[in-house]
Amino acid sequence: MTLSFRPEILWSDALLFLLLAALAVFAWQVGRHEHLREPWRRVGRSRMGMGAAVLLAAYALVGILDSLHFRPALPAEPGQPVHYAAEVHSVLDTLVGPLRTQVEETYSAPLALHLYAKETMELPDGRQVRDFPRLKFGGAHLAGVEARAGDIAGHIGMGLLAGGVASALALGLALVFVGLGAGPQGPSGSPGHLGITGAWSALSRSSSLAGLRAGLIVLCLLLLLAAAVIQLAPHYHILGTDKVGQDVFYLSLKSVRTGLLIGTLTTLIMLPLALFLGVAAGYYGGRADDAIQYLYTTLNSIPGVLLIASAVLVAQVYIETHPELFDTAAARSDLRLVFLCLILGMTSWTGLARLLRGETLKLREMDYIQAARAFGISHLRILGRHILPNVAHLVLIAVVIDFSGLVLAEAVLSYVGVGVDPVTASWGNMINGARLELAREPIVWWQLAAAFVFMFALVLPANLFADSVREAFDPRAGGQA
Amino acid sequence: MAMNGGLSVRGLRVAIHHEGGDRAMRPVDGVDFEVAPGECVVLLGESGCGKSLTALALMRLLPDGLELAGGQARLGDTDLFALPEQDMRRVRGGRLAMIFQEPMLSLNPVLTVGQQIGEALEAHRHPTAEQAAAETSRLLQAVGLEDRHGTSYPFQLSGGQRQRALIATMLAGEPELLIADEPTTALDVTVQAQILRLLKQLRSERGMGLLLITHDLDVARDMADRVVVMYAGQVVEVASREALYARPFHPYTRKLFSVLPSAHQRHERLEHIPGSVPPLGTVFTGCRFAERCALAWERCHAEAPDSQTLDDGHVARCHLVSAPRPENAAGAGYPPETGRKTAEAEQVAAELLEVTDLAVHFPIRKGLLRRTVGQVKAVDGVSLSLKRGETLALVGESGCGKTTLAKAVLRLIEPTSGSVRLEGTTLDRLDGNALRVARASMQIVFQDPFASLNPRMRVGEILEEGLRSLRPELHRGHRADVVAGLLEKVGLGRDAALRYPHAFSGGQRQRIAIARALAVEPRLLICDEPTSALDVSVQAQILSLLQDLQAGQGLGYLFITHNLPVVGYLAHRVAVMYRGRIVEEGVAQDLMGRPLHPYTNLLLDSAPGRGLPEVAAAPAGRPEAGVGCSFAARCPMAVAECAQAAPDTSTLAGGRRVACHRVVPE
Repeated sequence: MTLSFRPEILWSDALLFLLLAALAVFAWQVGRHEHLREPWRRVGRSRMGMGAAVLLAAYALVGILDSLHFRPALPAEPGQPVHYAAEVHSVLDTLVGPLRTQVEETYSAPLALHLYAKETMELPDGRQVRDFPRLKFGGAHLAGVEARAGDIAGHIGMGLLAGGVASALALGLALVFVGLGAGPQGPSGSPGHLGITGAWSALSRSSSLAGLRAGLIVLCLLLLLAAAVIQLAPHYHILGTDKVGQDVFYLSLKSVRTGLLIGTLTTLIMLPLALFLGVAAGYYGGRADDAIQYLYTTLNSIPGVLLIASAVLVAQVYIETHPELFDTAAARSDLRLVFLCLILGMTSWTGLARLLRGETLKLREMDYIQAARAFGISHLRILGRHILPNVAHLVLIAVVIDFSGLVLAEAVLSYVGVGVDPVTASWGNMINGARLELAREPIVWWQLAAAFVFMFALVLPANLFADSVREAFDPRAGGQA
Repeated sequence: MAMNGGLSVRGLRVAIHHEGGDRAMRPVDGVDFEVAPGECVVLLGESGCGKSLTALALMRLLPDGLELAGGQARLGDTDLFALPEQDMRRVRGGRLAMIFQEPMLSLNPVLTVGQQIGEALEAHRHPTAEQAAAETSRLLQAVGLEDRHGTSYPFQLSGGQRQRALIATMLAGEPELLIADEPTTALDVTVQAQILRLLKQLRSERGMGLLLITHDLDVARDMADRVVVMYAGQVVEVASREALYARPFHPYTRKLFSVLPSAHQRHERLEHIPGSVPPLGTVFTGCRFAERCALAWERCHAEAPDSQTLDDGHVARCHLVSAPRPENAAGAGYPPETGRKTAEAEQVAAELLEVTDLAVHFPIRKGLLRRTVGQVKAVDGVSLSLKRGETLALVGESGCGKTTLAKAVLRLIEPTSGSVRLEGTTLDRLDGNALRVARASMQIVFQDPFASLNPRMRVGEILEEGLRSLRPELHRGHRADVVAGLLEKVGLGRDAALRYPHAFSGGQRQRIAIARALAVEPRLLICDEPTSALDVSVQAQILSLLQDLQAGQGLGYLFITHNLPVVGYLAHRVAVMYRGRIVEEGVAQDLMGRPLHPYTNLLLDSAPGRGLPEVAAAPAGRPEAGVGCSFAARCPMAVAECAQAAPDTSTLAGGRRVACHRVVPE
């Protein structure tokens, strides 16, 4: 029995799974400790926070699906060893199937039936005309442009119907959740047996459920949108196609993973550096402090872009001179992505380290640290049990705020040409590709617009979420000591 | 009271703005009082009673989330709460001024004192430039500062000078009423006495009313014409100072007096007020003090008393005014604890701690290569000894090196020279494991109960930490038993182990801190101002706890404090510290009754509650490196010799040791 595919774990996938594992451990820790749970409950009650969290979760889902890589088996003779394709696919690729394979000649506008550029075509009678040819896939089932509007409306209608059903399901689940008293208690009635009307009135009115309510509304809207897109996407290029005819919607989806990876993996690399160096500088002081301060002051005074550009170039040269190390193209571009995360991490730890150093300087003089020292507890234990838990909220806030900055940084770097590999789908590359076409008449706007909308819909919720996290962890905003 | 000028407050209520609005939280709930021109009224109460909020409400400066929920305040014939904000701004700092507890936070650090006074003048009196300069100089003189201080920035001034500068800016508007919110709590006793004298003098010179907010009964005794006692957002008693201090009526006031430690109560158990001030949001049905009142009976729990006037002008909010306590009421009245002797620990002759010539010098480094260019002598040759079961009080102003000395004894700071012997073992050369073992016999309790417990650890984990480190042989179950035993010993339940520190009040946290120190069974406990952050009623509880522990386990206490009544009550011996040296040491009663060193004299005279006698001593200046006696610059008895050589410590009869040229052994 042989598998029809072979799982392929790229470097970035491995790191992403590591990050997910770390997140799971963190969540478990939070669940165990009352003082950690409380601020997260506050996030859960915040309307803005929960709405943003649902959107972020949708992005994360796309990103994770796109990180489950495999190589499909090639059709083989019986008895022969199975060969696997050189191309690496992800679960997402399989799910969106036709989007990946339906490649046109070149540009086409969103929902168009014809190519964007005129071509010379030979008519059946041998005459040659110059006109916009029909697309091979986009709306190919239609007789002509006249039928398009009705067809699109039909698909959207179907989609909204399906989305409505899914939303109703989600709502029902939430009602059961509230009704069983698993959620925060309603204003009236004994916990556990609210009944369906009681649950409904609690869900629609109770102020403690405001966060859940907002999350549900965003989820329903998202489901409606997703269902409509699912109906429409196989038949049209809903966001048009790019220069080589690839579906822009597909590229945008693939870019989600790149954006998320840059935002999170960089953090994974930066955190240990910032934590270790910042806390060590603050706690030990003296020479260690001097050395670490010297290090980050120096690092900070080198222009970041310069450092990144040179490091990426080095990586590029290395990759090109060692082709034998990579058995697929995906592995090659993936390494460059990881390297970009690495170098971004190396340049961005200084801010957080400085913050942690300051906080540790303050904590070090706290009486409870002195008391621990009077017990003869070792420095490492003091760092682990007393200092780290007390700077954790700072780390969390910094990480969440940094995330959106890093996503945007990727776009800028790729635009400048020192970002991810040009074959990796990323918003930066999309913008870079669109740059040259902006001067065309009529303008090719959809690539830029798609990258903008997708990035905006990630960064805005990330910022809003960061805001509500900061608010929940801010001791002054909490109201109670 | 006929009011022309002066402040009159009626039914003042402050509510916490609450979204639901179904549960009204009123930190100030119906406060009435008057301040006549030229009168000093003291608002007295423990923390959380609504004193400061009352003041802020009068200034209409309530913080966000709090709002005025009713009442009336008239300053002269102006209704303060009816004024539009624009007019109120002119009243604020003009007719009605307020000074705060922390002078460093109330002065703008980037403006000179003169500029800040000028700003206040500009806002209220619109003077010309010359007038402003003259007035600034006059104000500086009025608060006892010199003209040159006008060009100083706040950081260049000492704490007392800052508070004076703040008072000067507040006087700029020629206020009819000055509100002072704990103006001296952050200051040393000697400076406190100066500031209080200044306030008293300004009040009589200018005929302005003074509303002084304090928790300190002794300060109130020195300052007040009338005292308004607050409890849980209400006024419970109003009386003239003489009447109040002679015959306090309300059970709360009486309790406040009885929990104050003093030298007279030595060897007597301090009374307790059980519990603590009720938290915000408590729903009261009866009297707000009933839960803690030893005289409460059924009526107190069922019916809230009104303010009623007694024969001698006393106003009290208590049912006892109108009716005597029923004979058959449940409850035993005052507990029989009063006057009970405390058990004395058996003092064995064995020396517990011996400190010889201990010095801690901090190098001042400068330049690129961090060369040492000088030294701050935080502790400069201190010798002390302490027996088992004995309490040695270490007193002195802030910055004199008390805490540094304590940390050096514990080796939390490496001493520069000198030696520390604990039970015959010299600690100086110990390190690693041996030091860890030695540390099990000495522990420390800190001043601030909020900073001394890690907020991220459960109480049980906090208590176990020392056990794990210093008694690793205990296994888990045994450790849990020890923790439970400790919690019971300090008067908390076993279930406290599972909770986080934020669930406890200040006094309870201090108990936890004591339990943590006791976990490793030390013989020496260093208490660094363990009660200065606590209310008086809670202070009494902690002091009693410490006494019980000493009696039970023969603990030796090195008790660092600036609170002289506590010293008189608790300490067997006293060491007075000034600028890193012990200037006088002796048996507590002897030293407090007959101080020999002029600095001890100054400290004792400055203590509040003695009517603020004029003390002949210069205010503390910046420390300067010199050869002579470090106190010479402030000393009223200094002679030429004092400036030339530092005095040696001479031992007098009765074990008294004094370092002063003017004290000669007989």
